[in-house]
Amino acid sequence: MALLQISEPGQSTAPHQHKLAVGIDLGTTNSLVATVRSGHAETLADEGGENLLPSVVRYLSDDSIVVGANALRAAATDPLNTVISVKRFMGRGIDDIKTIGSQLPYEFVTRDSGSKMPYIKTIAGEKSPVQISAEILKTLRQRAEKSLGGDLLGSVITVPAYFDEAQRQATKAAAELAGLNVFRLLNEPTAAAIAYGLDSGAEGDIVVFDLGGGTFDISVLRLNKGVFEVLATAGDTALGGDDFDMALVNWLIEQSRPGELNHKLLRELTNAAKTAKEQLTDTEYYQFDLALSNGVQWQGGLNRETFNNLVMPLVQSTLKPCRQALRDAGIDKNNVLQIVMVGGSTRVPLVREKIGEFFGQQPLVDIDPDRVVAIGAALQADILAGNKPESEMLLLDIIPLSLGLETMGGLVEKIIPRNTTIPIARAQEFTTYKDGQTAIAIHIVQGEREVVDDCRSLARFELRGIPPMVAGAARVEVSFQVDADGLLSVTALEKTSGVSSHIEVKPSYGLSETEIENMLLSSFDNAESDLALRKLREQQVEADREILALEAALAEDADVMLNAEELSMIQSALTELKATRKIDDADAIKASIENVEKVCDFYVQKRMNQNIEKAMSGHKLEDFEK
Amino acid sequence: MSVTMTNSAADRVRAFLESRGKGVGLRLGVRPSGCSGMAYVLEFTDNIEEVDEVFEDHGLKIIIDKKSLLYLNGTELDYTKEGLNEGFKFNNPNISGECGCGESFTV
Repeated sequence: MALLQISEPGQSTAPHQHKLAVGIDLGTTNSLVATVRSGHAETLADEGGENLLPSVVRYLSDDSIVVGANALRAAATDPLNTVISVKRFMGRGIDDIKTIGSQLPYEFVTRDSGSKMPYIKTIAGEKSPVQISAEILKTLRQRAEKSLGGDLLGSVITVPAYFDEAQRQATKAAAELAGLNVFRLLNEPTAAAIAYGLDSGAEGDIVVFDLGGGTFDISVLRLNKGVFEVLATAGDTALGGDDFDMALVNWLIEQSRPGELNHKLLRELTNAAKTAKEQLTDTEYYQFDLALSNGVQWQGGLNRETFNNLVMPLVQSTLKPCRQALRDAGIDKNNVLQIVMVGGSTRVPLVREKIGEFFGQQPLVDIDPDRVVAIGAALQADILAGNKPESEMLLLDIIPLSLGLETMGGLVEKIIPRNTTIPIARAQEFTTYKDGQTAIAIHIVQGEREVVDDCRSLARFELRGIPPMVAGAARVEVSFQVDADGLLSVTALEKTSGVSSHIEVKPSYGLSETEIENMLLSSFDNAESDLALRKLREQQVEADREILALEAALAEDADVMLNAEELSMIQSALTELKATRKIDDADAIKASIENVEKVCDFYVQKRMNQNIEKAMSGHKLEDFEK
Repeated sequence: MSVTMTNSAADRVRAFLESRGKGVGLRLGVRPSGCSGMAYVLEFTDNIEEVDEVFEDHGLKIIIDKKSLLYLNGTELDYTKEGLNEGFKFNNPNISGECGCGESFTV
């Protein structure tokens, strides 16, 4: 069975209509997908429990594509077909890329002279940055759909604040290619601020300090009337956690003297450095125990102070862009309302300390800095998908009372339940009750009760011209549509013949608040009796249908199919059913119906066999095997 | 009449209510809808209405309107994981039929 999540009051969705929405942080080094479940925003992990998806795409000769950690592992052995940091190429022309990527291994080509769109030559053909990014997004989309158990209604994808129109368009195109509906793109620093709930906080200026694996961005945002404006951005596209690792690797080489360096050794040292860096976030001392692949062994300690001295120049170099951004924004560092920390490298205690000193206040660090952007995007997506109550989003109107129509036995079939937001359209299929029925009366009612008499009648109309068919063969689709102004239009369409009929009403017309409230309350007061009445009416309708069908059958062929004894048995069961039908006892009627069905079982079988014989006579068996 | 929660459901409800920061409890309910008659309602709630019944389980309030209770009496709310997907599940003794996905049901 499908698993459910807790909704905000009044926001429960109809079955199969869950408004699933995700936020995606499409990063240079890593990407993440997050969603809001039961009111709680969280990133979604893959089967291995990993939240971060390395933004790496590898193309193989058999046209298969590997994305993520497995692709990253092949980067050293298959550099030409393994694309890393594709985000740097998004929306760029071939000339731009030549300047930013002179040391890149990839072979860039353009397709025709008119377009400057660069393609990367891979073993599986030429791939554009949009196509490569789409593979990353597709992987995240699939992960989200598996985690949420359904198709996504839409997504919010984050982009750096400094992305220009072409880069944003390219990101959107990649999302569409990945089969994602994009509610909107969101600036990364804005997403981080939303994750901390700053959008509903005091108005003022916010600094977002984003130190990732390979890039550093600083943004100054101004919150004004609930809208974030980007005042200034600055940064360094070649500064990040990787540089911290390199500083540590250089120290390790000095200390351990591993001899002649190669790629493999360098990777081993880098991994050791990464582990040490992560450990030193929480501890003051780290003990190395190196056993390198060339046989070199080394033991030694590193305390946080030495580590801080190693990375100090890197941390200091983030302050210059900070000053630059503040100057561009025209604000004083002492007037900043909040500092938001984003990116894994902001876990390094020295970074937090220096930034705290620089701005004279403690930065916000409670939310995992790797996930904070995705979480903010998920919160925004949740609102845009319509999962938040009225007060937190665009003003939406709701239907105060359920809208439905009368079915056999004076029962109400609700088509649009109350509290549904408008505009809305819902359809349901009905069928005919009697053989040869050529018209259906449609009675539209409003209210919460089970029986028509207790609901408010809104309108009646008829669908005529249904071709004569046996009962149950006609397919009448009745659709209810309520537009943004609350105007209800009901259409009935017989699908096999195409005949249709239509009416318009204004359902809320003439109803006061108190009347609506009374109608609601009475449905609660009478819940138990309504339910019993509904059960009774359903059995009565079933009994009537049974009587009608049996009488029609008997009139048609009782004389040839049944002997006198059989006929009298059936007729006495029928008489009994007719009698119980008149008593208001659902269980008794049900028992009588079952009795009739039991008695008539052989007769039904006989008739069915005869019908099949009739249908098959004059045909060969092969005719049916086609 | 009663409605209960498993330990795992209670833990999640408590965590979600805490993360939401407000709300008096968890509202369960049913409403007409869908492919098989009725659909479940699972919501946070900020108000207890006159027509509501309140049950207490694992120190948490479960709020159900009287009408829905007819369909939910004896239900146990569970929280389970199925592959990557996870969420709440109604173990409802009153149902006589479900649609394929179990999101809607008949009594």
